Amino acid sequence: MDSLLTPHNFPGKLIIVEGIDGSGKSTQLQLAMRYLQAKGLRPFFTEWNSADLVKAITKKGKKKMSLTPMTFSLLHATDFAHRLVHNILPPLKAGMIVLADRYVYTAFARDVVRGCDREWVRGIYQFAPRPDRAFYFRVPIDISVSRLLSGRAKLKDYEAGMDLGLAPDLISSFKLFQGRILGEYAKITDEYGLTEIDATQSIGEQQQNVRRLIDQTLADYKAPMEQEQLA
Amino acid sequence: MPSFHYMGHSMPYLPKEGCTGKLIVIEGTDGCGRSTQAVLLKDWLEVQGYAVIDTGWTRSKLVGKAITDAKQGHSLHRLTYCLMYATDLADRMEFQIIPALKSGFIVLADRYIYTLLARGIARGADKTWLRDLFSFAVRPGLVFYLQLGVSDLVPRVLEAGKMNYWESGLDMNYGDDLYASFIAYQTALIEQFNILSEEFGFQSLDARQDARTIQRQLRRAVTGYLQSSNYSSPGVAVGEQ
Repeated sequence: MDSLLTPHNFPGKLIIVEGIDGSGKSTQLQLAMRYLQAKGLRPFFTEWNSADLVKAITKKGKKKMSLTPMTFSLLHATDFAHRLVHNILPPLKAGMIVLADRYVYTAFARDVVRGCDREWVRGIYQFAPRPDRAFYFRVPIDISVSRLLSGRAKLKDYEAGMDLGLAPDLISSFKLFQGRILGEYAKITDEYGLTEIDATQSIGEQQQNVRRLIDQTLADYKAPMEQEQLA
Repeated sequence: MPSFHYMGHSMPYLPKEGCTGKLIVIEGTDGCGRSTQAVLLKDWLEVQGYAVIDTGWTRSKLVGKAITDAKQGHSLHRLTYCLMYATDLADRMEFQIIPALKSGFIVLADRYIYTLLARGIARGADKTWLRDLFSFAVRPGLVFYLQLGVSDLVPRVLEAGKMNYWESGLDMNYGDDLYASFIAYQTALIEQFNILSEEFGFQSLDARQDARTIQRQLRRAVTGYLQSSNYSSPGVAVGEQ
């Protein structure tokens, strides 16, 4: 019944990364993509909150701070469903590799911290296939904050959970909000068998681990005919 | 005592009590005269001195227009279709329905979750998933179902204009015969409505009757419901200072 607890039957492979903002997960996924490309594979990439269908609405809602925990959750679920149908399932069915920057676990962590019912959020994503490999990049809040602040000018309101009124300033709110998200991720890691990566290590060390684990995941993988000829 | 409940999973941050208003729903397939009846009922209730707000699908500020726009294209899948409607309801619930119920208003909904449950199932969505998805909704005190068979529906829809893409379920690829698709889709919808009616105890009304007769029946039933639930409009009678 629960598609997230049983392996999918598609010939392709689904590899996803999770972690709080500033955990370095996107960097790791990009490097993993280069690795797969260098092997002659053609991975497909998809990221959270990027579907045309609702992107403009989410952006506007965030700007006006008019999103509630429920509408925030449902808009992201709509976004995910759209990408699943258009960008994830077709390549998986065609035997391709799909790399996803954030997956349903992001919603499980964030939406619950925002105040949505835990079972309800999990139920909404019942249609999602279980990834063949899900990496969780675990990092302490202080490191993620310093990474974010050195990389870009300002934290964003929703990323810092300012809608929850936890603290008056962005950085304190970010720490409290992301701290709670870490707590949810810990539960999710157990519940869904995510592979934890110590994101305090150097980028190179982490990537070595990631590549080794991806090789394991792809041990039984056969690229579609067309790709084999190209390779 | 006021009985305020959600359909299932309630959001921890939403009120569990203090919503003294009443949610009344009118359901029915396309072309059953539902909207006309809702307008008449609202007028009548206001004349009686009740504060009423009306609501209906795609009227949310957040995604109302986006749904209408998306339905012009062909990128909606049954999952995104259901999720966008759920977003629409969530937005209206938090900014309109719950505040109104808290203020003791009567909320009159022209269609509610049952329409989406029926449409979703007719489109092949998983029944349990749909129920879970819409479980955040406020449970209505009274649900009317304006019942009509497919054969009565066809002339009404044709007279009102034409069989449109969505009302005909063309997104489901029943075939390119508009009429046949309409019949197949509406038959599936009505079948689902009948199942839901049993399960949720709708008050069914024969929508083939003339509009005035139906309105009389609605008013009688609403009066009975408001009396039996000891409802009084805010500021009008007992319970308010």
